Formats: sequence, structure tokens, C-alpha cells
Amino acid sequence: MGLDFSIVPSFAGPLLLGALWTVLLTVVSAVLSFLGGIALAVIALYGPWAIRLPARFIAWLFMGTPLLLQLFLIYFGLVQIGIDLPAFVAGVIGLGLHYAVYNSELIQTAILAVDRGQMEAARTLGLSRPQALVRVVVPQAVRAVVPPIGNNMIALLKDSALVSVIGVAELTLAAQLAIGRTYRAFEFYAAAAVLYYVINLGMEAVLRRIERRIRLSR
Amino acid sequence: MTQTPFVEIRHAQKSYGTLEVLRDVNLTVNRGEIVAIIGPSGSGKSTLLRAINDLDPLSAGEVLLEGVQVNKTLPPRAYEAHINEMRQHIGMVFQHFNLFPHLTVRQNVTMAPKLLKRLGEAEANRLAEEQLAHVGMLERIDYYPSQLSGGQKQRVAIARALAMKPKLMLFDEATSALDPELVEEVNQVMKRLAEEHMTMIIVTHEMDFAASVCDRVIFMDGGVVVEEGPPSVVFRTPTQERTRNFLRKYLEGAK
Ligand SMILES: Nc1ncnc2c1ncn2[C@@H]1O[C@H](COP(=O)(O)OP(=O)(O)OP(=O)(O)O)[C@@H](O)[C@H]1O
Ligand SMILES: [Mg+2]
Repeated sequence: MGLDFSIVPSFAGPLLLGALWTVLLTVVSAVLSFLGGIALAVIALYGPWAIRLPARFIAWLFMGTPLLLQLFLIYFGLVQIGIDLPAFVAGVIGLGLHYAVYNSELIQTAILAVDRGQMEAARTLGLSRPQALVRVVVPQAVRAVVPPIGNNMIALLKDSALVSVIGVAELTLAAQLAIGRTYRAFEFYAAAAVLYYVINLGMEAVLRRIERRIRLSR
Repeated sequence: MTQTPFVEIRHAQKSYGTLEVLRDVNLTVNRGEIVAIIGPSGSGKSTLLRAINDLDPLSAGEVLLEGVQVNKTLPPRAYEAHINEMRQHIGMVFQHFNLFPHLTVRQNVTMAPKLLKRLGEAEANRLAEEQLAHVGMLERIDYYPSQLSGGQKQRVAIARALAMKPKLMLFDEATSALDPELVEEVNQVMKRLAEEHMTMIIVTHEMDFAASVCDRVIFMDGGVVVEEGPPSVVFRTPTQERTRNFLRKYLEGAK
């Protein structure tokens, strides 16, 4: 059985739909990981211990264990305690929190690196410490780590393939379904790889635009 | 009948560990008065200035603004509310400007008034335009700080402080970080404020500026006020040996 790519176009519909789900999954998880990363960073640095301890537990859990296991736990495990999440939601939570922890590490370092004159200037104007953090320190810290967070988001896109194991019909699962029907593994995995690559290019273009837009405000 | 002094510092004392940076400093400033603080590096000028708005809290002593104690001992929450309120009346300008780089010039100026005085968008914009026109920076209102020269940044920083309509302005070497050719534009703005009778306490290394703008000069050394008086006296006929030494060194350096 040689390679025959002529079969691929007849599955263009399901594959593109899978790609769309991958994009959706990635974008929603990325937003969660970004906002969650900011929240976790602020909590880790300034939260009262009653919030800081659970936050540190989440960080430890999501950093110290495999993402695959986390997805299984969220999707299959939580059902047992009565939390029955749709697969897509479970995937978003898993991916989002996993990368929120990584983003939080970046943002924490960046917050500590913001010149202390910034906090002083804000406090001198009469802003409270929380106001100064929200309005002055955190926005600068986040801008400073846009490039590495962007790298995390590219990694998130690739890891979104793992969510196929809990049955989200994203690109990898769409390819697997096509292979199940045709036994053309190489052709469909290659087709999926191309689509991942295209999504990747799109994400990089978006990230470059964001970097350009914040260039002056750093 | 004695009038309450505008700013009063009583028995200010500050230590970092065993290092005594301020030892029993007493100072009063009247409304509309312009006071220069001069002295060698490490003499405690910045520490004293930053104690006035409690940015560097004193170890002992009191700071009063119009009779109200700034550095009150209060429970944490009450202190927060109190100090944030007091600081709205005390503008401060830093050596390194400390503009917010992620905000435009306009946003730098409007942030605090919007947040703390609940100004609406239109009102805040009007305020920003007025304050920026005052320091000659209106044309750059929608620039980011990264697009400005040092002198322009400092003028925006002054406008940002003035937008809170402070009663008192503190300057900590506002021109020390500037290239020589940019010093004058900032000095001009400060002179204008002086003409408008803003009460100012100015830490400076620029003796000519202090002599021409200030009503009174305070010479500090080793954490104490060594000598104070009108610039004509302190600069021309200082009574203290330490003041004479400092001024001689300054003149030699300027040559
Ligand atoms: N956070 C700190 N911890 C320890 N020592 C400090 C701290 N801040 C200031 N000092 C010390 O306090 C002394 C007075 O410092 P201050 O900044 O008030 O001097 P200054 O008169 O403003 O000097 P300069 O002209 O160099 O700005 C210096 O010896 C300085 O090293
Ligand atoms: Mg100083």
C-alpha cells in the first residue's frame, strides 16, 4: 500500500471542522491561561495565606504532573464527585490551568522586576497598593513577558492535541477518525500536521502584531 | 495668636539599622514658601523629603501638613485611607521621572484624578490638556513616554502631579538625570510654579537655581540641618564651617 493523498480532500470537511475546534480550544484556553496566570501571580506574591496556599497547591498540581493525567482527572475523575463537565470544558480547564501556572511563573518574575519607582510614583499620587498593582505594576509586567507567554501559547496549541483522548473532536481526533475509516495513517497525520502548522503560523502572526502594538508602551 | 505652619517637621529621626540618617531634624515651611534643601550626597536630603509624604516612614518624629499629622500611627486599614488622602495633597517629582511607560502622556495625567476624584472622561481630558499646556507639553498629549526626551518626561511628570491639585510639591533632584541642555526647560516650569506661589520643597544640587528661585535654603550634612536662611545669606556669608566647605567644593566642581 503506497502513499495516496488523493483520498484526503474527501475528508476536507471533517478535518477543517477539527481544525476549527482546535483553534477554538486553543483560543479559549489561552485566554484562561493568561487571565489565570495574572491572577495566580498576584495571589502568589500578595495574596493572604488563606488564598495563597490553595493557589500554590494548584500550581504544584498542574506543574508537577502530566497534562494527560490532569485531563483524565478533570474529565473522568470529577464525575465521581458529581462534577460532570462536557469534554470541551474539561479540556479548556485542563489546558488553561496548566498553562496559567506556567504564565504565572513568568508574570511573577516580571512583577518583581518592575522598577520600584513605579509603585512609588503611583502611591505618591494617592493610589492604594492594590490600585497601584492593578493600574501600574501588573500591566507593565504583563507587557514585559508577552514574547515568552506567546511561546507558551504555541506550546498550548500543540498540547491541545492531547484533548483528543477525552473525545473532543479537534484536529487530531478528526484525523484519527478519518484513519479509522480509510487506514491511511500517514496521509491523514500529515494532513493534520500541515493544518497545525498553518494554525501555528496564524498564531505567530497575531503574536507579532500584539508585540508591535505594545512596542511603544514599554 | 500663632498661625499653624503649613508644613512642620518635628524631631524627625530615621535610622537604617545602626545608621542614623536623620537626627532630630526640625523644619517649618510656610504657605507659598519655596525651600531648597542642599547638602552632600548621603546627607539625608531624599530621606527627609520622602518622609514628608511617608514614602520612607520616620523612625521617630512628626510631619504635619496644615496641622494634620501625616505620619499618624493608625491601624493598617485606617492608615491606608489616611495616607492615600494626605498624599493627594502632596505632589512629588522624582529624579528619574517615573512616568508610567504603558500609558500615554494623557493617561499618565488623568489616571489618578479619574480613579481618586471620580472625574469623568471629558472633565479628565480637559484637566490633562490644561495641565499639559501649562508645562508646554500639549502637543505630545497622545505620545508614550518612550517617545519623549528626558526634559519632556519630567515636565509631564510635573503635570501629572499638578493634576491632583496638590497644596505642596516635593522635588527630589528633578533635573539631575537630565542632559545639561534639557535642564533649563524643567527649571522654567518650576520657576513658573514658584511665581504662582505653589509651596515647594526642592532637593537640588543646582545652587544657581536654588539662589534664584528659593526663599530659603536648608543646608544638611550628616542627617542634621547645619544651617538655614535666605539664599543671599547661606550662599554668600554662611556662618558654619561645614557649609563653607560644601560650597567651596561645589564651586570648585563647577569650574
Ligand atoms: N533603604 C535604605 N537602606 C539603608 N540605607 C539607606 C536606605 N536609603 C538611604 N540610605 C542611606 O541613608 C543615607 C542618606 O540617604 P539619602 O538618600 O537621604 O541621601 P541624599 O542626601 O539624598 O543623597 P544624594 O545627594 O546622593 O541623593 C545614605 O547614607 C544612604 O546610604
Ligand atoms: Mg537623594
